[in-house]
Order: sequence, then structure tokens, then C-alpha cells
Amino acid sequence: MQTTLTETEARDLRALVGQMIPASATYKVPGADDDLIFADILKGLERDTDDARTALKQLATLSGGPFADLPADRRAEVAASFKTEGGAPLFALNRVVLLCYYRDDRVMHSLGQEPRSPFPKGHVVEQGDWSLLDPVKKRAPIYRKVP
Amino acid sequence: MNEKVDVLIIGSGASGAAVAWSLADTKMRILCLEQGDWVKPTDYPSNGRDWEARLFSDFAINPNRRARETDYPINDANSPIKVVNFNGVGGSTIMYTAHYPRLHPSDFKVKTLDGVADDWPIDYETLEPFFAENDRMTGVSGLAGDPAYPAKQPPMPPIPLGKSGQRFGTAMNQLGWHWWPSDTSIATVDYEGRGRCLNLGHCTPGCAQGAKASTDITYWPMALRAGVELRTRARVREITVDNNGMATGVIYYDAEGKEQFQAAEMVIIACNGVGTPRLMLNSQSGKFPNGVANSSGLVGKNLMFHPYAFTYGYVDEPLDGNHGPPLCLWSHEFYETDKARDFVRGYIFQFGRGMGSIVEAISSTAAGRLPWGEDHHKVYRSLLNHRIYLAGICEDLPEEHNRVTLDPVLKDSDGIPAPKIDYTVGENSRKMLDHAHTRAEEILKQAGAHTVFREHVPNSGWHLLGTARMGTDPERSVVNEWGRCHDVKNLFIVDGSIWVTSGGVNPTSTIQALALYIADAIKQRLANATLFE
Ligand SMILES: Cc1cc2nc3c(=O)[nH]c(=O)nc-3n(C[C@H](O)[C@H](O)[C@H](O)COP(=O)(O)OP(=O)(O)OC[C@H]3O[C@@H](n4cnc5c(N)ncnc54)[C@H](O)[C@@H]3O)c2cc1C
Repeated sequence: MQTTLTETEARDLRALVGQMIPASATYKVPGADDDLIFADILKGLERDTDDARTALKQLATLSGGPFADLPADRRAEVAASFKTEGGAPLFALNRVVLLCYYRDDRVMHSLGQEPRSPFPKGHVVEQGDWSLLDPVKKRAPIYRKVP
Repeated sequence: MNEKVDVLIIGSGASGAAVAWSLADTKMRILCLEQGDWVKPTDYPSNGRDWEARLFSDFAINPNRRARETDYPINDANSPIKVVNFNGVGGSTIMYTAHYPRLHPSDFKVKTLDGVADDWPIDYETLEPFFAENDRMTGVSGLAGDPAYPAKQPPMPPIPLGKSGQRFGTAMNQLGWHWWPSDTSIATVDYEGRGRCLNLGHCTPGCAQGAKASTDITYWPMALRAGVELRTRARVREITVDNNGMATGVIYYDAEGKEQFQAAEMVIIACNGVGTPRLMLNSQSGKFPNGVANSSGLVGKNLMFHPYAFTYGYVDEPLDGNHGPPLCLWSHEFYETDKARDFVRGYIFQFGRGMGSIVEAISSTAAGRLPWGEDHHKVYRSLLNHRIYLAGICEDLPEEHNRVTLDPVLKDSDGIPAPKIDYTVGENSRKMLDHAHTRAEEILKQAGAHTVFREHVPNSGWHLLGTARMGTDPERSVVNEWGRCHDVKNLFIVDGSIWVTSGGVNPTSTIQALALYIADAIKQRLANATLFE
């Protein structure tokens, strides 16, 4: 079993993830085909490598050759049908893309999130208005008495 | 050659830890064998930037996906609900979400009250002192005065309501339905050497702060100080018996995969509702050709999960997202049987906050909500931190065809046959699920959700119950009313396998109270020399 993608597979994958999540000037975010993010995706395939290859094979079949070599409008068309036909292998591949994309510092900043681990700083959660419970406190017991 | 011990416990999870600690004061020689490792707090995902990603690799909740050396595979192909667990010191409490309700008094009397399943041979009152002891040992936060329960006093204040909790609370008040801050096994103040919750928001795959009460940091340190020995990387293959039908010890594989025999005066199984029947069915002998203590034929049968009515929606205002412990409130409004409904028994709702950014993206992709292309970013921003959810934990009635057997082909890394699950959601549960989804949608809409969704969550087999049930009749049960096997008088079971019915709440508080109760019964009978009679 090959544990890394071939050059052609990697090229197709890069073209595909650029269709999945393109860069956006409006939100000031890179696309998933950005150098750093794509390198993270390749590294992140790990236990999903087999699924990724299966998915990419199907993509190549749908494209009638390398997906990356298709003209832009044809790529969009093929990607759209792949999205509906790709099944579990594509879902596994898509998951890796999302895992890597949504931990990129630039993306997190754009979402108003701090790019850091949860520990040790943690987060603040407001206590809230405990008087909301007052009507519930007034209720009689609701559990069923047993003989 | 291993020296014989007085008590051999198999499994160091929720129940194994509690029984080890309780028996430690007898000063007997106690040994626990655990197939997994200790987990260091620094290994937990919330220490790193890949904290969400690891939910899909070495901290996946499904052992088939996680596939650590210390896991065993489970054939779950014939079950819509997949078993999730953790194998290591602390067992599945390493991975639990720390929602910590007790069973209700009525749960022990299902046959008497509703004419279904069976009554338990014990009741809520019997367990009450053990619930309280377990709350203190575990460190439970919550609020006294809940009308859904007989009086109880959680030792710590509840976790914060947050934005989502207030929304839900307001909605429930408008609907006139019960809600209350959940009992959780999360320290909200510094407690017995544990730091208080910092709202890391990623409780399930282990708490780096140690605020979540996994038993590796609650019962185990005390049990070890009291002299209990815990041997890790010790995977038990079978329980051995002599010609008189008494357990003599176990055969296990050590860290090097070497077969070992460990002799014991008594054996206590605490491997959970799947691991326990698997071990018992693997323990075949001339005396017990169908598995140890299985003259009733019920070992592995009556598997109960809690079918999970997961329902969620999106609101306009950004809420808590994944900040703070995810499960903060419960409702017992639909818990007790209501004759006006088309099903018996009931469920609690557990109310959740939101999702982390990655889980939101993955879940929304799976649901077909999150497009590829230009629109991806816009749609995603309308989802992230706008989700609120709740789930009905539906009581599952015992049905013999729902069961754990041994897979004829699949084996773990030591060559031990793996468990196979055959399970279908019963008619009563299906109606209950539908009811819970419908009520949940009403609640979400009342709470301001503009769109609501129902979802079947396959990886929701976190509550593993009923596969070696308790009872007074040896033909209809595997263990007696204090956890001893009818067939083998020095063999005990303390985990969720012994449950007669499942109730409609997360089970760990009751599993641990039961383990303490059984330990107490053992101690009393040791004192008057009637333990093996
Ligand atoms: C993701 C997740 C979320 C959950 N959330 C909640 C929640 O919010 N509230 C709640 O109440 N419950 C929750 N649970 C369930 C809770 O974790 C279990 O109810 C509880 O841990 C069961 O306790 P136990 O002692 O029966 O078994 P476990 O805690 O599972 O312990 C069993 C131990 O036995 C060991 N073992 C098994 N077989 C062998 C063998 N042959 N040899 C040696 N060792 C063996 C295992 O390695 C394991 O460590 C959750 C579980 C999961 C996985």
C-alpha cells in the first residue's frame, strides 16, 4: 500500500480543494489550495490515505484524465457531480480538508477566533441569570413516586 | 509466576475504579488488570492546535477508528448504533462528556409501574447513600432543589448557563416545561486537588485541566495510595474455573504479548456492557461450555443503548460555540410514563451549547448545508457559533435479540475473538425518538432557531447496558441482587452489564453507585464469612 499520493494525485487534489474552498478577498482568507494549508492537508491524510486515493481515482474517471488539466469551467462541472457521487471516500477526504483549513491562523483570525489551543487559557462563559430558574423552583416534585 | 491475590478486578474504568477504592479498606491484596495505558494530561488534544482534528484519529470515540494497540475491534456492521468507548486507566470516563444524572426511583420498578421488562431487585433508596458517596468522591457540580429528583446535594455549584443556557431556560419557561442545571462530574471550584473548570470546551476527549472526573484522577490515586495494585497493558483473555465451578483466576496477555496466569480468591469484572460479555463468552470450559456463568444463556443478550434523538438549530445571534462544558442543562419533563403517549417510559433532554469550528464544518458538510465554492465562506459564517442543540436520551427496553456475541473471524492484536453487535431500535424506542425529536424542535423554535434539523448519530453507543443482567431468578438473570454470578460464587460483575433496564439518563453516576453498593455488600459478607455461600 502506498502511503503518500503520487504527483498526479496530489496535483488533482490541489485543484479539487481549490474548488471546495477557494480563496476569498471578501473574507480575507486563503483557499484550501494555499501552500501552507495544502501541505498540512497532505500531511493530515494519514489514516484516510486509502479513501483519498479511491476518491481521486473516481475524480480522474469523471474527468476523463487528470482533473487538474481540465479548463476552469469544466472543473467546476466535474467537481459538482463528484460532490454528489463521491460517497464515503470523498467524505473522508473532505473531512481532512476541513480539519486542516479551519485551524489555519489566517482563517481563524478571519472568523474572529484566537489561533491557539484551548488549554491552558480556556474561555470565559457568562454565569447568566439564575433567576430564570425561579418558576421551576416553584414546581411540585415531578418524579414518579414508587410503591 | 504471579503471586495469588485476594481480589482481582478486570477493567479500571468507572466501575472498576470505584470498587477497587471501596474494597481497599479491607486491606486485602487487590489487583486490577487493565488492557490500556495511563493517559497523561499533557497528551490530551486540548493542549495543542490540532485539538479538534484528534477527535478523528488517536482520540476518536469509536475504537475501530481510533485503533490504538490497546483497543479491541468491534464488529458493529449489524447495528445502526456504533459502540464508542475508551480503553485505558479510567476506561470510558477518559472520553465521557461528564453529564451525570442519576436514575429515577421509578426506573427500578418498570414492570410494576408500566408492565414492561422487569423490576430491578434493588431500588433507589438502597442506592441513595452510594450515590451520595460517589458524588463526593467524583466531585459533582449541580444545584439542589431539582423537582425531578428526591432531595440531593451536589457538592459544587453548577456550571455557568452561558448564552445558550439562558436561551434554553427562557424557552422552557415559556413552554412551561421543566429544566434545571445538570449535575456534571466537572469541578466548578478547586476540588480535592483538582483544578476548576476553565471552559476549555473540549471535555469529551479528555480534560487537560483535570476538572473532568475521569477515574484516573478521582478514585485511582486514592485506591493506589491505599495499596491497590494496577497493572496496565494486561489484556484478560479468559476467566478460569475449577471443577467446583469456582473462579481460580485469569489468563491474560502482558505488554509483550506473553500469556500469563494470575490466580485470585475472587474475581470482579468491570469491562463494560460490551467488554464484559465478550470476556465471559470467551471464558469457555468443560463446566461452562457457553461461557462462564452463562447457564441462563443471557450473557451478551438484552444489550441496551440509549437511542439518541439529536436535534439542533441555528439562531441569528452568535452564542457560546464550543466554549464551556458542552452539556449544561437537562429537562426531565418527558421522563416518566404518560399514558396519553403511544409509548411507555421516557427520556431526558440534555441541552448543549455549540460546536467547534471544525466539527461545525464537517457536520454541516455531511448534512449538505455547507457548499463548495464561492458561497462556502458566507454560509459557514452563518453557521459557526450560531448552533444550539439538544438530545433526548431515550430509554431502551431490553430485548434478547439485541446482543453481543463473539465474532467468528475478527480478533484483537492478541488473537482474542472480538465482540459482534446485533442491534435494532425497538418499536417503543422508535416512537419515543419521534416524540423527543418533535418536542426538541418545538423547544429550538421557541429558543429562536430559524432552522431545525434532526440527525441520526451513528457513533452514539456510549451507554452499554444490560448484557449480564441482575435478578433473583438464576434462569432469568446472570448476577444476583448484590452483583455475584449465580453460577460462580466468587465471580462478581460491577459494570453497566448488570442493568435490568436502561432508564433514560446517562448511566455513569448509577453505574458507580452500584459498584460501591456491591463493594459494600462484599465487605459485609466478608465480615460475617458468608461471601461465598
Ligand atoms: C464519548 C463518550 C461520551 C460519554 N458521555 C457520557 C456522559 O456524558 N455521561 C455518562 O454518564 N456517561 C457517558 N459515557 C459513558 C461512560 O463513559 C460509561 O458509562 C462508563 O465509563 C462505563 O463504566 P464501566 O466501568 O462500565 O466501563 P468502562 O469505563 O468502559 O471501563 C472498562 C475498562 O475495562 C477495560 N477492559 C475491557 N476488557 C478488558 C480485558 N479483557 N482485559 C483488561 N481490561 C479490559 C477497558 O480497557 C476499560 O478501561 C460516555 C462514553 C463515551 C465513550
